[in-house]
Amino acid sequence: MLLHGKTLLVTGVLMDSSIAFHVARLAQEQGAEVVLTSFGRTMKITSTIARRLPRTPPVVELDVSSEEDLSALADRVREHVPHLDGVVHSIGFAPQGAFTFMDASWEDVSTAVQISAFSLQALAKAALPLMSAGGSIVGLTFDARYAWPVYDWMGVAKAAFEATNRYLARDLGPQGIRANLVSAGPIRTTAAKSIPGFERFEQEWGTRAPLGWDVNDAEQAARACVALLSDWFPATTGEIVHVDGGFHAMGV
Amino acid sequence: MASTEQEILEGLAEIVNEETGLDPAEVQLDKSFTDDLDIDSLSMMTIVVNAEERFGVRIPDDEVKNLTTVGDAVRFIQGSQG
Repeated sequence: MLLHGKTLLVTGVLMDSSIAFHVARLAQEQGAEVVLTSFGRTMKITSTIARRLPRTPPVVELDVSSEEDLSALADRVREHVPHLDGVVHSIGFAPQGAFTFMDASWEDVSTAVQISAFSLQALAKAALPLMSAGGSIVGLTFDARYAWPVYDWMGVAKAAFEATNRYLARDLGPQGIRANLVSAGPIRTTAAKSIPGFERFEQEWGTRAPLGWDVNDAEQAARACVALLSDWFPATTGEIVHVDGGFHAMGV
Repeated sequence: MASTEQEILEGLAEIVNEETGLDPAEVQLDKSFTDDLDIDSLSMMTIVVNAEERFGVRIPDDEVKNLTTVGDAVRFIQGSQG
């Protein structure tokens, strides 16, 4: 088993369509012990959905915009497991205003950047006391090299997120901890459906990706996350692995 | 085991009450979740997930937007239990 004996913290499990749900499921199937995080009113949903995993994991409270939650994270996780081998960052948010590029306010944009990009550093820092050499941090991005329809300031936040991953790799590398991202094609999750006009991504993807693309299949991205959490990418850090059917490599 | 319309309505009213504190008697077939019961999208997700557990059905995300009234939800659940 790929993750035998490993202990993971997985954020971002909301519904059973969540990419993070599939990461948690596959990780358990591969022998890992999993702790989930959720926050505020979504705690109830996450706790119910957690029961649909092969083994019901504990859910600890973490709002990545709360200093209090971040500084309490290590202790909250320690109530369930003594250390962490891996952390999955599956967190993003932008106010509706951020999806109209020319009209967005700085308030909208700063929220998007804080929750969707800065949170990677914040989460890694909060989990660091529990981590040691061989540890792995994995996040989820949507290829930020391009301007997409409707993605707008969330795309800018993802560019910051991808840069954050590289700096994290730089600063955690000396401790033997890796930081990598999976750049998935569009997947029909709750997060995706909250983006107005998301369907416009879906139409193109399947025809341009040489392997094709199924917007309802979150498992392919989850598998890559599990691989990056495992010991099978021991010298890979600061990397972005595309799980997009090959879309990113094509011209037209 | 399939439930009657009345059983589903009562179960749903309990779930709505648990999430929102709304009096179960308010949860009637012709009431709209958003307009009459003032239920927001996050509460709706919580209600859907709990209804799935309670009635042993799956309510796909794409279906949720079609469930305008309590009656729509009751009929969908009953149909899924078939």
